[in-house]
Amino acid sequence: MMIIFLLPVVQLLLFGKVINTDIQNSRIAILDLSHDNTTREIIAKLVSSGYFVLGEELHPGDDVEDVFRQGKVKMVVTFGPEFEQNLERDGKANVQLLADASDPNTARILTSYASGIINDYVKKEKLQNIQLPNQINTEVRMLYNEGLKSVYMFVPGIMAMILMLISAMMTSISISKEKELGTMEVLLASPLKPIQIVLGKVTPYLLLSFINALTIILIGVFFFGVPIRGSFVFLMSESFLFILMALSLGILISTVAPNQMVAMFISVLALMLPTILLSGFMFPIENMPLPLRILSHAMPPRWFIVIIKNIMLKGTGILFVWKETLILIFMTVVFIGLSIKNFKIRLE
Amino acid sequence: MNPYPDLHQNSPLLEGLGEANQKVIEVRDLVKKFGNFVANDHLNFDVYKGEIFGFLGANGAGKTTAMKILCGLSAPTSGKVKVAGFDIYKETEKVKRNIGYMSQKFSLYEDLTIAENIRFYSGIYGIKPAERKEKMEKLLKNLDIESARDSLIGSLPLGWKQKLAFSVAIFHDPKIVFLDEPTGGVDPITRRKFWDLIYEASDRGITVFVTTHYMDEAEYCNRVSIMNEGRIEALDTPENLKQKYGAKNMDEVFLKIARNKE
Amino acid sequence: MKTIFYVIQKEFIQVKRNKTMLRMIIMIPMMQMLILVFAATYDLKNVDIFLVDKDLSSTSRELASKLEASPFFTINNSSFNPEEGEKELLRNNDDMVLVIPQGFERNLIREDKACLQLLVNAIDGQAAQLGYSYAASVIRDFNKNIIAEWKGLPEFNPPYQINAVSRFWYNSELEYKWYMAPGVLAILVTLIGLFLSGMSLVKEKEQGTIEQLNVTPIRKIQFLVGKLIPFVVIALFDLSFGLVIAKVVFSLPIVGNLGLVFGFSILYLLGILGLGLFISTVADTQQQVMFVTYFFMMIFILMGGIFTPVDSMPHWAQLMNEANPVFHFMKVMRMVVLKGSNFGDLIHEFVALCILGFTFLSLALIRYRKTA
Repeated sequence: MMIIFLLPVVQLLLFGKVINTDIQNSRIAILDLSHDNTTREIIAKLVSSGYFVLGEELHPGDDVEDVFRQGKVKMVVTFGPEFEQNLERDGKANVQLLADASDPNTARILTSYASGIINDYVKKEKLQNIQLPNQINTEVRMLYNEGLKSVYMFVPGIMAMILMLISAMMTSISISKEKELGTMEVLLASPLKPIQIVLGKVTPYLLLSFINALTIILIGVFFFGVPIRGSFVFLMSESFLFILMALSLGILISTVAPNQMVAMFISVLALMLPTILLSGFMFPIENMPLPLRILSHAMPPRWFIVIIKNIMLKGTGILFVWKETLILIFMTVVFIGLSIKNFKIRLE
Repeated sequence: MNPYPDLHQNSPLLEGLGEANQKVIEVRDLVKKFGNFVANDHLNFDVYKGEIFGFLGANGAGKTTAMKILCGLSAPTSGKVKVAGFDIYKETEKVKRNIGYMSQKFSLYEDLTIAENIRFYSGIYGIKPAERKEKMEKLLKNLDIESARDSLIGSLPLGWKQKLAFSVAIFHDPKIVFLDEPTGGVDPITRRKFWDLIYEASDRGITVFVTTHYMDEAEYCNRVSIMNEGRIEALDTPENLKQKYGAKNMDEVFLKIARNKE
Repeated sequence: MKTIFYVIQKEFIQVKRNKTMLRMIIMIPMMQMLILVFAATYDLKNVDIFLVDKDLSSTSRELASKLEASPFFTINNSSFNPEEGEKELLRNNDDMVLVIPQGFERNLIREDKACLQLLVNAIDGQAAQLGYSYAASVIRDFNKNIIAEWKGLPEFNPPYQINAVSRFWYNSELEYKWYMAPGVLAILVTLIGLFLSGMSLVKEKEQGTIEQLNVTPIRKIQFLVGKLIPFVVIALFDLSFGLVIAKVVFSLPIVGNLGLVFGFSILYLLGILGLGLFISTVADTQQQVMFVTYFFMMIFILMGGIFTPVDSMPHWAQLMNEANPVFHFMKVMRMVVLKGSNFGDLIHEFVALCILGFTFLSLALIRYRKTA
């Protein structure tokens, strides 16, 4: 039971602190065949940026492949001979950025950061006093998340995930367990109406989920500084709607699954994987292949995540999320309807 | 290459009647506590070779706890216990070679067939395939279920399952077999048939240690002990107990003992 | 030895009879390889731009068409009112708003300097950064071209220039699927191993058969080894299955030695199965196993660096990862499959996996008692 309260806290802390895609202190190797002032200055600039640390100094004849294969560094920066002379004489010099692209994302980010730093160096140190013609300056404003913190992205996702887990998975497993043990028949034989039985089973999870939602929001706000720019009451009501949806999905699964094992199987396959992958929680949906994009429309967390992001980060009201809200309501109604239908068939 | 030589050399079938008074279970001052709760309070008793020993008592009287200790499933808090001549503390594994056990919870694999269950348990006891096959044929014939050889246990009626569980428990010819409420949940006729199997085993020289809360079953035992709140209140043959308490049947004996306590 | 054989035989029959289990064994690798690998991508394919062109000059139109021509950008909407654009960001219809102010072209010519404004929805910081850097590079190229055009030069270069030439080894096309596939294989092996072993012992507990086994003379080690071997076989089958899918569907290049992949997988599995059995000895019901397993999986996988680079984690997390079997195994899989690392390159991981495997197996062996 403890784990239900612990899980959201641990996961949130984990995501907030550990899971981040920001590059810092990546180990690089330098092969400097020139050893002049310019190369030294550039290396100093790279290291002082905070993105890179000098992992290894290579010498002519060293095998770059070895360094990569042992996984010691992520990028090798190579300056050819007479680097400074070339730059001064021809106005042009080449530096090679050799990246270990077995992690393509990191490789791309590292090379783009490194070339950015080098460009910046040229601009500031060499072109300082030279007036260039027709320059376009792009002024950028990062809206809703100025610090580009990954936590902003993860808090809504984790909330959707935990609520799915607690509400849908726990309900489906606990009801199918009763079925497996035969205690459900005892309850059904009692004068209680089916709806009372189901409500009795579901209420504790409803409360639990609500407490969890609150915990997650509080940690997000006070520990990670994620803002709530919209209405708190509205946020909680949408969460409540989502919990209802998840519970009805849990009940539906339990009406279909003959035993615990199958309920777990369906839950993991149908709930967890899609919640993590197809909801836009970690990976942007727009970048997925078409079949997965279409599939993602059927994933309730997808809509919920949009709603929370809108309320918390963009500060919008119902005007901007009425469509998503309606979809969630529609899903809830469908799940409840199907459960009732399955339930009746079983009783006949 | 018999890994358990002592088992077969001392096969009960080979032994003479002269050894009938040999003690196979010795229990002295056995105590088992769970925290402050005393489940077994200084138990003392002996069980002799070849007898059917009944362990009676209401639910929660401590029967199953005591039996689990005798089987080596649970460690006693204090006291001296010898089973099949071996010390339960130091020679647990030797004890296990010489006993069979059938728990209240159904203990054959529901998703294996009869033949597969027998093959598995025989394998663990090191019974050779040829011997296993021969004994299995006999067993199936005896129980009249040859046609069900390849049926899954899960698909069989409860009465069959119980008979099979018992037969598997004594398949390796143990010295003692422990039965923990073996006939729960079946009708009196099926129960009577089950007891026929117990008598057969007993005739083969296997000592039977059985817990039950059906008082009519107590009549079938050679000797019974009656437990109440962790203590043994009475221990004798059913005849003697009925005489002593002036009762018509074991049910009355039990009620009188229980009433005396209050 | 013979006893172990009987346990193995029994386990295989039970797996064979369990339809759910069989389906899991076939479905999980397929689902994971086909969905996880396709879905888990940071590749930026499409950025929707809301254009606010207040200049309406030939230069501003040319810039817009340059952006439109890039495969990454689509100009979705346009208006003269930047607030309209912000509303579209709020509605999630667009990813960025590009504002070209009035007098952009004139300023660029007369004052040699002009400003553009880019508003980016930065809730997903990583995508925002990437989108911005793509946009900036399109704009930079555009800038160079118009200078050259206006000055009548074939090409314009500033007086000082350092060209950073990037080369990407092992994956020159930056195919993200190749990165994910070996990682997903590692998850696959972990999932199957933990689940099967975790469920198996607890199932015997729930059904009461464990008691029956505990009164037999079977030795702990015989029983545990007999249970482990079938799961190793099943997990290796799934690994091969996953590798075939990766090869056929994503044409994953397998540079390294397959023997090394399987050897490390066996070593890794021993540890993971030990952990599963350990969980199983502690838990009483399948539900508990499910939750504890889920909890471990979550932490192991997220910290292990499958989705996000370990280098970006705080120092304490990197230290903790030394005790994370998934971290080591994932590294091995990627290094061997993608880079062709040899055993000599993997000594550290080998030692770590040995220690972890030994620890988990010992824990399981110690915690599993025949006598309570």
